[in-house]
Amino acid sequence: MKLTRRHLLAALPALGAAGLGAGFVRMLHGLNQGHFDPRAINTPLTGQPVPDFPTLSPLPDAPALPGLARENFQSLKQPVLLFIWASWCLPCVEEIPFIRQLATSLVNRTAPLALWGLCYKDQPASAARWLEQAGNPFTRLGMDQEGQAAIDWGVTGVPEAFLIMPAPQTGGRIVWHRTGGLTDALYQAHIRPHLEGTP
Amino acid sequence: MRRLLLAFFLLLFTIPASLAVDTPDEMLPDPALEQKAQQIGQQLRCLVCQNESIEESSAPLARDLRHIVRQQLQQGHSPKDIEAWMVQRYGEFIRLRPAFYAVTALLWLMPVLSLMVALGLARRLWRRSAPSPAPLTPEERRTLDSLLKKD
Repeated sequence: MKLTRRHLLAALPALGAAGLGAGFVRMLHGLNQGHFDPRAINTPLTGQPVPDFPTLSPLPDAPALPGLARENFQSLKQPVLLFIWASWCLPCVEEIPFIRQLATSLVNRTAPLALWGLCYKDQPASAARWLEQAGNPFTRLGMDQEGQAAIDWGVTGVPEAFLIMPAPQTGGRIVWHRTGGLTDALYQAHIRPHLEGTP
Repeated sequence: MRRLLLAFFLLLFTIPASLAVDTPDEMLPDPALEQKAQQIGQQLRCLVCQNESIEESSAPLARDLRHIVRQQLQQGHSPKDIEAWMVQRYGEFIRLRPAFYAVTALLWLMPVLSLMVALGLARRLWRRSAPSPAPLTPEERRTLDSLLKKD
């Protein structure tokens, strides 16, 4: 059969439809595998320095747990995993066993990673009670009762997590940001690779 | 009937105004500035209820962002500055009307492109479909004449 221009023209829409179909299958596959989330919000802070945010006070009755300020990121010696959480947040309850386990494993082998917390729109009393019950995994905790600092971090809800690497010039650089709870699978896939080069 | 239709259309126009803020005390005392705030807010996506603007949504984050829009307007920031402030934190996604740049160029140009393609195709089809018939050969003329004479 001779290929005419007419055949080529007729093939165009078919090819277009096939392309769309392939894209759609890819999308569905991604949904199944968990690396495509249609509701995911893009994270413009990834790759950026730590944003300016108002200094957050610590919990009133926890002398061993300092608050959180922009300056704390200036002189980082190790990467920081910053958790945004609240005592009223159910997914945070699901996430806490993993964070606890992570905290213990970090204490056991000389910590390459610090766990810091930002407590979003919470009462200090409820936050303190929650930490007491769950076991506090954090070495720093800032209370963001108004939720203003969270907005500077581009937080849309709780839980969220940021991985910040030491950067002498800018004072900490965000290399990873995710909305939703943190699991061991996510840790292995996204956080662990960043930690291998650090002392 | 006509009046009814008119009433209906007038009603349609009142809805956007009534969607605004949750409580009146959120609103700015200056009506002109408040209107400006609403215009800005209607172009910003609520990150919680993603198909609503922050002016329409009752999510706490939307309320916080509405408050920030009004605060910054009162401090004399321009709508452009406020949008840039939001985009810096939440990305281009927060704009309900994306800005025109390399990534969104195809999005904005697609209607024009598809119209151009459609016009081009239509022109081709138009040209091809109407070739004028060739004049009759002398032989055909004779046959036709003889057929006509038979009647």
